[in-house]
Amino acid sequence: MERKEWPLWEVFVRSRNGLDHKHCGSVHAPDAKLALQVARDVYTRRQEGVSIWVVQADHIVASDPDAKPELFDPAEDKIYRHPTFYQLPDEVNHM
Amino acid sequence: MYTQALDIPQQSADKGPRVVENPEYQAEFDARIDAGGYIEAKDWMPEAYRKTLIRQISQHAHSEIVGMLPEGNWITRAPTLKRKAILLAKVQDEGGHGLYLYAAAETLGVSRDELLEALHSGRAKYSSIFNYPTLTWADIGVIGWLVDGAAIMNQIPLCKCSYGPYARAMVRICKEESFHQRQGYDLLLAMMKGTEEQREMVQDAVNRWWWPSIMMFGPHDKDSVHSGQSARWGIKRISNDDLRQKFVDATVEQAKVLGVTMPDPELKWNAERGHHDFGAIDWDEFWNVVNGHGQGNVDRLAARVKAWEDGAWVREAALEHERKRAAREHQAA
Repeated sequence: MERKEWPLWEVFVRSRNGLDHKHCGSVHAPDAKLALQVARDVYTRRQEGVSIWVVQADHIVASDPDAKPELFDPAEDKIYRHPTFYQLPDEVNHM
Repeated sequence: MYTQALDIPQQSADKGPRVVENPEYQAEFDARIDAGGYIEAKDWMPEAYRKTLIRQISQHAHSEIVGMLPEGNWITRAPTLKRKAILLAKVQDEGGHGLYLYAAAETLGVSRDELLEALHSGRAKYSSIFNYPTLTWADIGVIGWLVDGAAIMNQIPLCKCSYGPYARAMVRICKEESFHQRQGYDLLLAMMKGTEEQREMVQDAVNRWWWPSIMMFGPHDKDSVHSGQSARWGIKRISNDDLRQKFVDATVEQAKVLGVTMPDPELKWNAERGHHDFGAIDWDEFWNVVNGHGQGNVDRLAARVKAWEDGAWVREAALEHERKRAAREHQAA
């Protein structure tokens, strides 16, 4: 099969050291090297980053949006996982 | 800019009543919109919402890409190295904006090639403003000041539109547009401090671009075909006429500082309304340009198609190069 469109890559940029890479968009490129080059030109024209990751879009495995309730709701009623659940005496409540 | 597309009916598109495909999902979707929440790429959405967004985002992207042409026209003739560097950066930004937006449109399940094909075949529209010619260097300044100024006015509400990928692209774009507007005004200020001939050049450019700029906000609210539904969906937050009024009010003061006048004898402050009144817009001209009969429609599209076709061998060669590299790697393994 003839493939004419360059594959899609997702772009993640670390804005400065100490921060995570963050998804910022996508680009089309024929290979990894050019994907990095294009991502640099498209997403970091004003020093928005110090490091770029690119990953081919069809290599990303995403959770199913329809499965949101079963995946994320179980955490909703586990408020004891948060420090604010515990009321301590005033003298020590800053703990 | 160029949300004008919102108001322009497209041959193939989405007429008729909104189809409720799944009442339960629809209710959830409506609730999220009402709460000011965001819809993300893989979330359920009504088909008409998806189509409207594809149309609007892609036409917005096309406008950015075609918008490179009238300005690119002046890169080799910029008067100084400084102005050339600025203009190059601006035109590169327009390309970047087009790419952010194509990427956002693709999250809705349409391919880049399909979007480009729609542009090249003339099926998709782009902002009519780019069908006007850039006759002098002052046009470059006026485009930054008025055209990008109108664009910013239009785009800021889109930073909060209900579709997440579009809203995020718009945040990035708006940050960069501010540079576009300011460099344009700065360019004009420099010319106004120059010779009489330069000042006349600026005034002439303002005379030609003023009306097309205020047409960029699209038809009057009462004639706008998609506005109601788009407002319901949180895609359009402020009406065409309100945005246009805001733009006119903001620009009058800027014109005064610059020392130019707008080509509208009816433009004056109305204390009662607390806004400037302005003359009637020539909508025949607007529709004429939208429908392909502006001064530049044919050339702009031809330049786009030529660039795409002339680049075909590069795209193919790059893919083939990667295919061979991958095959070599596979063999070595």
